Amino acid sequence: MMDERLSENAEECLEAMYKITRNGKRVSTSALTEKLNVSPSSVTKMLKRLDEKGYVDYSPGKGTNLTRKGIRNARRITRKHRLLERFLHDFLKLRRDRIHDQACEMEHSLSDDAEMALCQVLGFPDRCPDDQQPIPPCDFEFSSCEECMERREKGIDEVNLRKSDTMSLADMKEGESGRVVFVRGDHKVMRRLLDMGITPGTTVRVLKIAPLGGPVEISVRGSSIALGRSIASNIFVDPDKSE
Amino acid sequence: MNQPARMKVFDDKEDFNRRKITIALAGNANVGKSVIFNHLTGSNQIIGNWPGKTVEIARGKLNFENYEIEIVDLPGIYSFSTYSLEEIVSREYILTEKPDVVINVVDASVLERNLFFTLQLKEMEVPLVVCLNQIDVARKKGIEVDDKKLQKLLGVPVVPTVAVRGEGLYSLIRSALKVVKEGPAKQKIIRYGDEVEERIEKLVSFIESKPIRLEYPLRWVAIKLLENDPEIRKLIPDSHKDIIEYSESLSRELEKIHGEPGFSIISSERYSVAGKIAGQVQKRASGEVNISERLDQIVMHRVFGYVISLLVIGGLLLWTFFIGNFFSGILSRLFEFFQPVDPQVSGTLIAILWNGAFGGIVAGITLVIPFVIPFYTLLTVIEDSGILTRIAFMMDSLMHKIGLHGKALIPLILGYGCNVPAIHATRILESRRERLLASLAITFAPCSARTIVLLGLVAVFAGIKWAIILYIIDFLVILGVGRIAFRALPGETPGLIMELHSFRVPSLWVVMRQTWIRTKSLIYLVFPIYIFGSSGVQALYALGILDPVGRLLSPLTVTWLGLPAITGILLIFGIVRKEYILLMLVAIYGMNLSQYLTQIQFVVLAFIGMLYLPCLSTITILAREFGWKSSAIISLTNLVTAIVLGGVFYRILSFIM
Ligand SMILES: Nc1nc2c(ncn2[C@@H]2O[C@H](COP(=O)(O)OP(=O)(O)OP(=O)(O)O)[C@@H](O)[C@H]2O)c(=O)[nH]1
Repeated sequence: MMDERLSENAEECLEAMYKITRNGKRVSTSALTEKLNVSPSSVTKMLKRLDEKGYVDYSPGKGTNLTRKGIRNARRITRKHRLLERFLHDFLKLRRDRIHDQACEMEHSLSDDAEMALCQVLGFPDRCPDDQQPIPPCDFEFSSCEECMERREKGIDEVNLRKSDTMSLADMKEGESGRVVFVRGDHKVMRRLLDMGITPGTTVRVLKIAPLGGPVEISVRGSSIALGRSIASNIFVDPDKSE
Repeated sequence: MNQPARMKVFDDKEDFNRRKITIALAGNANVGKSVIFNHLTGSNQIIGNWPGKTVEIARGKLNFENYEIEIVDLPGIYSFSTYSLEEIVSREYILTEKPDVVINVVDASVLERNLFFTLQLKEMEVPLVVCLNQIDVARKKGIEVDDKKLQKLLGVPVVPTVAVRGEGLYSLIRSALKVVKEGPAKQKIIRYGDEVEERIEKLVSFIESKPIRLEYPLRWVAIKLLENDPEIRKLIPDSHKDIIEYSESLSRELEKIHGEPGFSIISSERYSVAGKIAGQVQKRASGEVNISERLDQIVMHRVFGYVISLLVIGGLLLWTFFIGNFFSGILSRLFEFFQPVDPQVSGTLIAILWNGAFGGIVAGITLVIPFVIPFYTLLTVIEDSGILTRIAFMMDSLMHKIGLHGKALIPLILGYGCNVPAIHATRILESRRERLLASLAITFAPCSARTIVLLGLVAVFAGIKWAIILYIIDFLVILGVGRIAFRALPGETPGLIMELHSFRVPSLWVVMRQTWIRTKSLIYLVFPIYIFGSSGVQALYALGILDPVGRLLSPLTVTWLGLPAITGILLIFGIVRKEYILLMLVAIYGMNLSQYLTQIQFVVLAFIGMLYLPCLSTITILAREFGWKSSAIISLTNLVTAIVLGGVFYRILSFIM
């Protein structure tokens, strides 16, 4: 079920790629070199190794992009990093300029169980404290945070990993559509979304994205609904493959 | 034109068999409940094309045949959960006051979402009639709904209507009465998916086997327990904890099967049934791109969208100015014979009072009416067209800067009409904090009375340029004050969740009625005080009281604001309503203002008049909604801002001119 363990450096590399582009677009080796602050030759070596294992698609001279497997892994490690940042900032009250490096150290050894517990204790945060980047959703097969909470309270451990892809509504383009798989947020928001017909498994289509971080208009069950960007970024769908 | 009271023809005859009946109107937001309510009862509930106008239960009377019917307009909601005040209020009303029949108003153009609500009413087993409204809108979207088939599937009478034209309302009431007279047909239960249905039944028989009596229909209680509804759980006495435990174990089974939490399983089930029914009764004419969608392309375009938002608000003001100015000109010519007498020179006290009162009427007729009617007409058209929700959409990120989301823009724009209903409309926002912030912003929005003064006096005497500049400054003041208030009242701003309804051609009936109601209430409010005020100020002038008052306030007026001392008395009158600051000026000097005030002084005075204290009605409603303390703070904020910025403005103007 779990992928084989990667080295810390490999994880750092995936994380850096994910930070540069969230959607698996091509990244140039020089951009990566700069981000990781290591020599170009070691980056190339790393990329070749990741390519062999199927995490990235590396073609010399053209740049590299994350594969589906790579995105998943990169997202998991990014999520751990950003959750840890929240923890260091909100709970341990560490200075803002210290949390990044500390989280970088800790992220590689955080188990999936601990990650889930951390997310619950923090109250399902959606942004990291230093640069307000979105925290990727978890990879467990929950359709809402409430479900995650319930499992915890009732002491159920077997949780499957999600089979479908997840992409936040806020990252989609106008005209794209997908099936709702996960909604992050408190009970109240969840409930209102359900009442508006945004139930797990429903197909939603993005009609319009307002500029300047404005709302997203979606079409669901034959009507249009405007959702603020913060809410849209907490609704995750399995995007329909465009023809 | 349809007369609202059309159905009262059957009235009159006193009858022994007169029966009292209650009919409740329930449904999603913006489906047309208030239109129907107004048609039936002749009342004046707000109508507009944006969700959430009705915030309180409204009641009205209809006499129909032998019946004395009380019609109850419930707030528009999407479900009967207990997460918003409106939902609790509606649920309580339906379950405890038990109306004789509930008319579920349904928007035929978004059937699936509306049927989700209908299904919940069915669960509550209330006597039900479905009013299939807005079939004209559905038709334009290319949707035909087979009402006969819907009636069969739901097992309740379905009456197609076009509420704005009054079509179908007669048979709607007939059907409702039939349900009351004959008792509802045997409830047809709408079944959910097998796994869910099986567990509902198990839970129902489990509760039945217990020696407790519940007020509510069992099946509904069972469903709500499976949904984990906190209010319903409270209904179950502690001695019967096993019911709760059993329902929890059942809902855990469901969670296992469906892989989602209990409450969302039930919602999903309802939606899937609603979708199936909608699918069976709708015929979609294909291929047609509808006009509303095409309009959306423009109105919500990433560039044009903003331009259009500005044009709508700017256009409202310009239209009011040009139309108003035109009619004002005609009316003033009619009243040309009237020349104010200089009260210090001549006349008895009576003559002076009469002179003042008449002057008040003339200024009212030539200044207020010509501007207010075009203003309200266009505002109503804007409200009824559906563009407000689009502007709210485009402006969401801007509004976040002052701690609000886009929906708050709707009451703010309505505040340009009148602050009082606008503050009422802030109830569409989620939290008290947001409503407070929005209300503060609204008190800075120049309402129609002030707009009249700005357009009728400033634009005419100082030039339209000055009126526009004042509006822009006002807009900046709103942003500035909003920003400071947001800092003072920090907190999470909840995200926007808002249904966007399709554009509509505003109905003539709605526009004329709404304009008339608004104009009327403004005239009733403004005219009497204005007439008394005008003669009062003349009398004070004649009695020589103006000068001492002016001297007393002169450090403020003369030194800080650079105005003539006489304006002291104006500021005192302005406490009642701020537009009197300028209107009383006319009462004292007549229309030849330029002889007494320089242009700078005039503009500064108008600026003060624009901000100054909120009017008494606004202060009262603020106190009612938020308490006296908040009301006082908001009012003082207005006053202080007006005076401080007024002085600054004066200095800037003197410097550059
Ligand atoms: N074309 C058309 N428009 C309608 C019809 N019924 C209502 N409308 C319009 O629909 C809009 C909403 O009507 P309201 O009566 O204010 O809706 P409501 O259900 O009371 O809404 P809330 O008070 O917000 O819950 C208005 O713009 C009406 O003019 C109809 O049958 N045909």
